[in-house]
Amino acid sequence: MESTSLQTEVIKSGNDLAKRIIPCLDVKDGRTVKGVNFVALRDAGDPVELTYQYSCQGADELVFLDITATHERRKTMVELVKAVARQVNIPFTIGGGINEIADADLLLNSGADKISVNSAVVRNPEFIDELALAFGKQFVVVAIDTKLINGKNYVHLNGGRIPTQIETEDWVKEAERRGAGEILLTSMDHDGTKGGFDNVLLKKINQSLSIPLIASGGAGKIQDFVDVFTISDVDAALAASVFHYGEILIPDLKEVLQQNNIEVRI
Amino acid sequence: MIGIVYYGAGNIFSLTAALDRLDLGYGMIKKVEDFEKYDRYIIPGVGHAGSAMHMLEDSGLIPSIIALRKPVLGICVGMQLLTVHSEEGDSTLTGIIPLKTKLFSDQLNVKVPHTGWNKVFQTSDNPLFHNILPGTHFYFVHSYFIEFNSTFTIALAEYGIKFSAVIQKDNFYGVQFHPEKSGLAGGQLLKNFANLV
Repeated sequence: MESTSLQTEVIKSGNDLAKRIIPCLDVKDGRTVKGVNFVALRDAGDPVELTYQYSCQGADELVFLDITATHERRKTMVELVKAVARQVNIPFTIGGGINEIADADLLLNSGADKISVNSAVVRNPEFIDELALAFGKQFVVVAIDTKLINGKNYVHLNGGRIPTQIETEDWVKEAERRGAGEILLTSMDHDGTKGGFDNVLLKKINQSLSIPLIASGGAGKIQDFVDVFTISDVDAALAASVFHYGEILIPDLKEVLQQNNIEVRI
Repeated sequence: MIGIVYYGAGNIFSLTAALDRLDLGYGMIKKVEDFEKYDRYIIPGVGHAGSAMHMLEDSGLIPSIIALRKPVLGICVGMQLLTVHSEEGDSTLTGIIPLKTKLFSDQLNVKVPHTGWNKVFQTSDNPLFHNILPGTHFYFVHSYFIEFNSTFTIALAEYGIKFSAVIQKDNFYGVQFHPEKSGLAGGQLLKNFANLV
């Protein structure tokens, strides 16, 4: 009897973990791609200054996606990570072209909190196991681009351009089993539409997962964030242009989330 | 001046960057003789508690750490190393603070790793919390936690269960979150540690 009552008490205990708001920055050759129009910015292309502005606004975390295509890529990524880690007191993730343990090792030792892998682990799923073993699962974010084809969601590669035969729900489960610490799911059908997140898919995936899920693709207005947290109960929501163009200011967003009884860090 | 126990477990770039931003001086402790150069110490740590313990044992620094009488701050796995045992790899740890490190179990119905900003509530008055309000969010990322204890827990957090966010026994402190990644509040905590007498 005693153990039963203890268990009940444990399950009743609260959960104060805040839902996270994550701006995402595309970076090429050490500079942010896509214009960013913050009034206070001296250099809108400088990822370090942008990151600092976001941390002051109350962003909970940042994601950098490096799309540099040159041989200098590894060097520019390391320089970026070090520069950000020196300046910024919130966690950040870096992704883009991480194919080897050595890439991840270099980035984590340069101050990145997590690394994000996408196409590389679809092509070589064991890379997830290797990363989790080498660094711990909390450092491994598996990013997945998904698109609806004939009523089913399929994993897509190279920023959503190349379809695969892999069903998204299966891949999410496999990634978790292999040691992903977090899933970043981007709906290509919603991305860029500003019509809201893919709450139906996110809810379904979220219920099947016991690791955190970051929603991405479709944010257009504050209500979209309220909806994604209320309907799908994801752990974090990521967006790019609505933040970069100042359409949504993070303090305003968090105030509305709080009014809707969603736990946020203010 | 802060001595960082340098034993190979995880990256310390973010920690040293935070200390630089806060203008707090530090150096690295690689051998026993280095301890006397500093007046307080940080034990960092990420990854697997068992592997971190092996690395700390290999460093030969454990007897000196146990004998320290100046302020010591363990961060994340560095905090867990202060406890007696971790369920991670069924590992025996330093035992400086008589507590156990446990896994967030399925029964708790929470996602693991515990990732993100959670509220921290101090349960006792301590100079480590100077200028930090109860309920301030700090950044956590961990799958194992230190049980709540009415004697040694000086701040708690809730994630399906009440657990130790901060522990203390005499001059030994441990924080489960990452102050170096916890915004202004994290910086304040590091400053408070640097000012402990």
